[in-house]
Amino acid sequence: MKAFTTLTSTAAPLTHQGRLMANVDTDMIIPKQFLKTTEREGLSQGLFYELKTRADGSPDPDFVLNQPAYQNAGILIAGENFGCGSSREHAPWALLDQGITCVIAPSFADIFHNNCYKNGILPIQLPFEICEALGNQAGGSNHKFTVDLERQIITTPDGEEIAFDVDEGRKASLLEGLDDIGMTLTAEDTISQYERRRQSAMPWLETEAG
Amino acid sequence: MAGKTLYDKIWDAHVVHTDPETGEALLYIDLHLIHEVTTPQAFAGLKAERRKVRRPELTLAVADHNTPTENQSAGLEGVTDDAARNQLTALSRNVAEHGIEFFPMGDINNGIVHVVGPEQGRTQPGMTIVCGDSHTSTHGAFGALAHGIGTSEVEHVLATQTLRARKSKNMAIEVTGELREGVTAKDLALHLISVIGTAGGTGHVMEYRGPAIEKLSIEGRMTLCNLSIEGGARAGIIAPDEKTFDYIKGRPSAPKGAAWEMAVRHWETLKSDPDAGWDHVVDIRAEDVEPTVTWGTSPEQAMPLSGTVPDPAEMRDPAKKAAAERALHYMDLKPGAPIAGTPVQRVFIGSCTNSRIEDLREVATIVENSKVSEGVRAMIVPGSGLVRAQAEAEGLDKVFTEAGFEWREPGCSMCLGMNPDTLAPGERCASTSNRNFEGRQGRGGRTHLMSPALAARAAINGVIG
Repeated sequence: MKAFTTLTSTAAPLTHQGRLMANVDTDMIIPKQFLKTTEREGLSQGLFYELKTRADGSPDPDFVLNQPAYQNAGILIAGENFGCGSSREHAPWALLDQGITCVIAPSFADIFHNNCYKNGILPIQLPFEICEALGNQAGGSNHKFTVDLERQIITTPDGEEIAFDVDEGRKASLLEGLDDIGMTLTAEDTISQYERRRQSAMPWLETEAG
Repeated sequence: MAGKTLYDKIWDAHVVHTDPETGEALLYIDLHLIHEVTTPQAFAGLKAERRKVRRPELTLAVADHNTPTENQSAGLEGVTDDAARNQLTALSRNVAEHGIEFFPMGDINNGIVHVVGPEQGRTQPGMTIVCGDSHTSTHGAFGALAHGIGTSEVEHVLATQTLRARKSKNMAIEVTGELREGVTAKDLALHLISVIGTAGGTGHVMEYRGPAIEKLSIEGRMTLCNLSIEGGARAGIIAPDEKTFDYIKGRPSAPKGAAWEMAVRHWETLKSDPDAGWDHVVDIRAEDVEPTVTWGTSPEQAMPLSGTVPDPAEMRDPAKKAAAERALHYMDLKPGAPIAGTPVQRVFIGSCTNSRIEDLREVATIVENSKVSEGVRAMIVPGSGLVRAQAEAEGLDKVFTEAGFEWREPGCSMCLGMNPDTLAPGERCASTSNRNFEGRQGRGGRTHLMSPALAARAAINGVIG
């Protein structure tokens, strides 16, 4: 996993009728027809497909990521309960493939939130009013934000500093881009010990499988 | 000190290790269910690092999401979608390489992963169960801690049989009283989500409790737990009881003999203590629940069948108001209009929410000696090969086909439109599935979630209601 330390980039607010969109579900982030891949790469073509594409297949110029000022945005700003629905990790993969490594929203759905951290994407939770204010400053290509994970500070294009919370353990693994599996396997003896305890306490779980 | 909830007890029994600094636990996983869509990248990850599957015998694979629901006997060569076939082929290859039990498409034991686990007796009380699918919450109906995970976590579980996890909060859903005649677990679930909202359970494990829950059949409990994720909770759970034990007993992977006796003694201890501490309690009166349908594009946008479509102008919460305006536009519904009487062109009875034998029996009692309304295309997709065989043994397939339903082969089918079963733009569907998101069943498709009984009636009447 690629580490996340600091990011300086433009931001794209995901709005509907002028308000940050709530309940953006993972079907909306990446619809089912793009899930039939065996790769993690190349999924940006499916990112927000039905929002960014018209019924005839042509790009919708009104969609934020289709606008030149926002198309290189590394930060996405959205409304409440971002990423609800399916557990598909294709959602963070698609964001990553688009170059988006930070999502700012008032709240996130659990599984999506977790999947972000597994892919070097920083989800930042801030009150709706702050998200809205950030969205209002996200005026396009010359309006760069800096997200500093170490200091837990967002610096806005206006120079304002906004602090955010992040779980210490998750922060550490993002900063270092750690490989979870490799780390867990260093504790393999502990897992084996647990398996022995499990075998004596709940032997039926070991004997009848299959 | 307060007592423990059922979730606390299962959690504590599965913690391998807790990091004292971050509070992150390594949780042992008793059963890992896998399918073709969320695993290829995980197996590729293992291969790249030359890692093995630690406990292949605690893993079970099925093919369900993008399998066609007809002509399955033709095998993978019969799958016309190249990308789907490629994924299905990758699963067959990966499970063979790692020695994982697999029910391939066409095998009588194959079906939707959340139907197959319980049916085989693999799902048992007190277990930790994960799967790269958010509706893994279904297995909580047996008193197991079960939830969806992402593909990186699938890879982690394959390699280590553990999951890095942080403990959720405890939420009690107390359902007092009794459901009224004709009101089902699906109605209860949709009603609950309309009360707490689609993010209401975020960060929590929901335990469903109370007399109305005890009265539910195991199939009803699965439907209820299945929809926990639509209320934001990764997992829903119900304390196991005699019904649970009876359901499991004698199934292929159920413990046998002395092991069974020992297991049951343990399972009987799996309930929340009377003085357990809850972070959040939601009270629902079962009598308040009516037959319920969704009107919008989020499961929380649900209403009684007897009601009228809500008016966004009357909504105070700006987020709900904006969502309602968008949803009504997408669904082509007018505020204030009765939802009953809305014409449908499609009916889908199936999915991990409602495709079990009990669901099909209920549909059969409604559609027997009736005909699917002209202009409606209605399909029934059993949850597994075994459900299909059982239904055929009972003659239900004849009831369905004589009424004009398509009787399909098992799979996820039109719940998520990853296979040939999809809605065309603008088509309106009465669906027993779990998500009414924009485009979920096909771009531009309009989904109304409801119980199998209401979907059956919609097929016959040609309208909701």
